[in-house]
Amino acid sequence: MQASVIASTATQARKLCAEEIKEIEHEMQLYPDKQAVGLEALKIVQKHQGWVSDESLLGISKFLDIPVSDLESVATFFNLVYRQPVGRNVILFCNSVSCWIMGSESMRSYINGKLDIDFGGTTDNGDFTFLPVPCLGDCDHAPVMMVGDDLHRNLTEGKVDEIFSEYKSKE
Amino acid sequence: MVTKPLTKNIDMSRPPLDIAAYEASDGYQSIKAIAEGLSPDNVMQIVKDSGLKGRGGAGFPTGLKWSFVPRGDSAPKQKYFVVNADEMEPGTFKDRLLMEGDPHLLIEGMIIGAYTIQASTAYIFLRGEYKVSEKALKNAIAEAYERGYLGKNIQGTGFDLDIILHTSAGRYICGEETALLNALEGKRANPRAKPPFPQVSGLWGKPTIVNNVETICNLPGILTYGVDWYHGLTKGNDHGTKLFGISGKVKTPGCWELPLGLPIRQLVEEYGGGMRDGLELRAFLPGGGSTDFMLPEHLDLKLDYDEIAKAGSRLATGTMILLDNETCPVGMVGNLMKFFSHESCGFCTPCRDGLPWVDEIFNEFESGRGTRKDLQILHEHVDYLGPGRTFCALAPGATAPLGSGLKYFADDFDKHIKEKRCPYRH
Ligand SMILES: Cc1cc2nc3c(=O)[nH]c(=O)nc-3n(C[C@H](O)[C@H](O)[C@H](O)COP(=O)(O)O)c2cc1C
Ligand code: SF4
Ligand code: FES
Repeated sequence: MQASVIASTATQARKLCAEEIKEIEHEMQLYPDKQAVGLEALKIVQKHQGWVSDESLLGISKFLDIPVSDLESVATFFNLVYRQPVGRNVILFCNSVSCWIMGSESMRSYINGKLDIDFGGTTDNGDFTFLPVPCLGDCDHAPVMMVGDDLHRNLTEGKVDEIFSEYKSKE
Repeated sequence: MVTKPLTKNIDMSRPPLDIAAYEASDGYQSIKAIAEGLSPDNVMQIVKDSGLKGRGGAGFPTGLKWSFVPRGDSAPKQKYFVVNADEMEPGTFKDRLLMEGDPHLLIEGMIIGAYTIQASTAYIFLRGEYKVSEKALKNAIAEAYERGYLGKNIQGTGFDLDIILHTSAGRYICGEETALLNALEGKRANPRAKPPFPQVSGLWGKPTIVNNVETICNLPGILTYGVDWYHGLTKGNDHGTKLFGISGKVKTPGCWELPLGLPIRQLVEEYGGGMRDGLELRAFLPGGGSTDFMLPEHLDLKLDYDEIAKAGSRLATGTMILLDNETCPVGMVGNLMKFFSHESCGFCTPCRDGLPWVDEIFNEFESGRGTRKDLQILHEHVDYLGPGRTFCALAPGATAPLGSGLKYFADDFDKHIKEKRCPYRH
């Protein structure tokens, strides 16, 4: 598992790749100033790199000409911006009330046992990172979780087994 | 006659209607009516007359809210219309249905709203996790541009509108409308002081309206079928239909569009199918995690804003969470407190420090270490975190299930203390 506090040692900005720049420039047309593009840029970089490293943060800061501290204050605010490496698939597990009533706690223990990680952890082989997320707006199909971009509903142990083997075999 | 204006086109077993099919189902008629001469003031009056109240939680009259936006020649040229699609209230699953099921309805509603306040740019602030909604909206927006419902000189009206889809990256507080504006500007999503209200000084300091997805989805029907038709929909005092949802251990959880004013019992028993066999209803939150618990004795009240308020709670999002007699009420309240504690934006002290304390005490109860003193502290926090004590409504929202839970489930808290364990665990 990664240390939970990252001391920034980066001094070198990463040069953003052409694809990242193209997408960030597209976003710049949609907002009246560069600050507003900050979060979009963080998400674009994360899409391409998997997470936002200190070097990437510096790179975005340079490219958009916004202070790195401003950018970091945004990056650390939003829980879907990852400031440390995550696994190839991020599990967003709903830990809110309707899912709780429908047995999400036992599903969490099951996943915990199966992958040998609890919230915040990444499997040793880098396949999965397990994170809690507030209500996914699918409470009538509780318990639910997302893996990557896909929503999985009415979770049971059998279903969880199926889902994980599917993601493993995708690679 | 159309009786389900919000969901008449929705069938989740197929993709949403494309623009041609949507038009064939009376879609974009309201934009044609605007093109034939309805002025912004006319539309504002129609919406005021409809009696539509905001569906985002607070229930504020929509027409009245719009009327605070400066108009006339001296008003700022740039104004913004913003859709609050950040749905993250625990137990709430209604806006997602509308966006995935019929994205053109939202776009048509946005054109009406933006036209009324004369905003030439509109943003949809969409929850990052709503990937299916994102795709549906992207497609629908592209189609609407192609058909001339968006862009320059819409349908010959001389009115221009661009819609920009912004996907967010988590945090419940972004749904609070002033925090949302900060997030859109690329800042940390702390709420702003009010006044000035966004209607006067909002996004980048310009007059801005923020409305909930469901609120906006009411507009096309009102303009297309008229105020009299709209007033004919309700079975109670508030106008229109509303999405109502049920989650928890009922036979058939789900989300349905129903007239306002039906008895709660009908929603629970007829639509939700009643409790699963062997279980009894213990209590329920009528409109998401920030509302006060209600009891089975309240089941005959009507699903109306005022009537629910009389019982000490709020209709809010209209999505109910049902607690059964075999689930621990202390655990349920504890789960909600963990949510609010995590989602505090950290700006003001009572919320930032009080909610984690409350959360920690619930952990103690859970593990059988809760004491009388702890219970006392919980009671005190209902006051410390209540309305007027904090910078925004997040913490007061947490006190709704907390205060009512302490009141209705006093015996259960007591049992946790006496038995030094959760009595619901076997
Ligand atoms: C902490 C907090 C979270 C909120 N989240 C949402 C939300 O996700 N969606 C929403 O429409 N309104 C939300 N609201 C209410 C908004 O501040 C605002 O009242 C609403 O968007 C107004 O729209 P309406 O007038 O159409 O109801 C939230 C309020 C608070 C205090
Ligand atoms: S009440 Fe909580 S969420 Fe609202 S401003 Fe204060 S700290 Fe932030
Ligand atoms: S509580 Fe889990 S999806 Fe709503």
